[in-house]
Amino acid sequence: MFSEQVLSGPPQGSPLPDPTDRVTMLLAHADDNMILAQRLGGWISNGPELEIDIALGNIALDHLGVARALYTQAGEIEGKGRHEDDFAMFRDERQFTNLLLVEQPNADFAHTILRQLFFDAYQVPLWEDLSGSNDDSLAGIAAKALKEAHYHLRFSAGWTVRMGDGTDESHCRAQTAADALWRFTAEMFEGSGDAYRSNWETKIRDVFAEAGLHVPEDPYQRTGGRSGFHTSHLGHLLTEMQWMQRSYPGLEW
Amino acid sequence: MVNAASLDAARIRRVVAGVVDPEIPVLTIEDLGVLRDVEVLGRQVVVTITPTYSGCPAMRQIADDIRSALEKEGVLDAEVTTVHSPAWSTEWISEQGHRKLAEFGVAPPTAEADVVCPRCRADEPKMIARFGSTACKALMVCSSCGEPFGYFKELQ
Repeated sequence: MFSEQVLSGPPQGSPLPDPTDRVTMLLAHADDNMILAQRLGGWISNGPELEIDIALGNIALDHLGVARALYTQAGEIEGKGRHEDDFAMFRDERQFTNLLLVEQPNADFAHTILRQLFFDAYQVPLWEDLSGSNDDSLAGIAAKALKEAHYHLRFSAGWTVRMGDGTDESHCRAQTAADALWRFTAEMFEGSGDAYRSNWETKIRDVFAEAGLHVPEDPYQRTGGRSGFHTSHLGHLLTEMQWMQRSYPGLEW
Repeated sequence: MVNAASLDAARIRRVVAGVVDPEIPVLTIEDLGVLRDVEVLGRQVVVTITPTYSGCPAMRQIADDIRSALEKEGVLDAEVTTVHSPAWSTEWISEQGHRKLAEFGVAPPTAEADVVCPRCRADEPKMIARFGSTACKALMVCSSCGEPFGYFKELQ
């Protein structure tokens, strides 16, 4: 596995986040959901059909809601008076610890759906685990997120099958997207044990079998998001997402 | 005129419970199971609510509506807090809520296979879109009378 961390090393003076730290953990999951929500929001008024436009908007809202709850929780535990907007709007690219997968561009509908499928299949077992947390508040957020993740997975898996098993054009686009995004999937399971990865792959293989898509075999993997090393896409996304709060700090609706 | 006496707790609870959902205005937040607690502490009122869906955009509006309803009662010190645990489920929607939803033209939450058309009561409607006009609804159409309707998705 190629890790950007290993290739380039951490920059001087910026310690890597400690993944066992509770706030670090909450922020990583909050960032995943925040960045994906922002990405999905890019589809609003651009969806291929009205129903899909609404579906992607709804999914984005669920992710945004999860992000807000987790940021709030992280702020409370951290105890420095930081609120959700401080985390979402006033941190720089290097301070975001989201997965590289979720910051990848929407590209075409196939890329958006495959990105969603890979992420949903990862979120379901994650929220299953965290809903058993002894932290009641986190368990509650996770229990709700779990119900939503199941629903999202149904949507993303359903569309993967429809595209893979559809026309030559839709099949080709779905396979291209799967191949392009595969290198961002190992990162989801860094430090979480092989069982997670193999359960995830089983789910993906089932969906791909039904869709007539082949599971990429390429072992090349990119990581680094959890340590704040991002692809060039995140900076552009943050610029758009944060400019209003940065220009008018404290602005409220 | 704000008087200095303590608030009438029962009355305050009724006022808060009567606030309606901005997206489905036939339901009160009590019918929906969104209202978890109303605490009256002297002149201060603390209301606890829980979101139906994580990203439900109505939550902020509901909090504003609660504060506004309380302000009309002379309560200037109102706090609305959100809790996530335990997670809301459609089982928290009251019987009355179910009835009101059906009258409003929205199929109340039940297993997807058991949904009937709120207009003609025919069964086996067709699912058009799993994500409807709000986070909590899917869009269906009646196979018998052709009526399109929202189905309040069952969430356990």
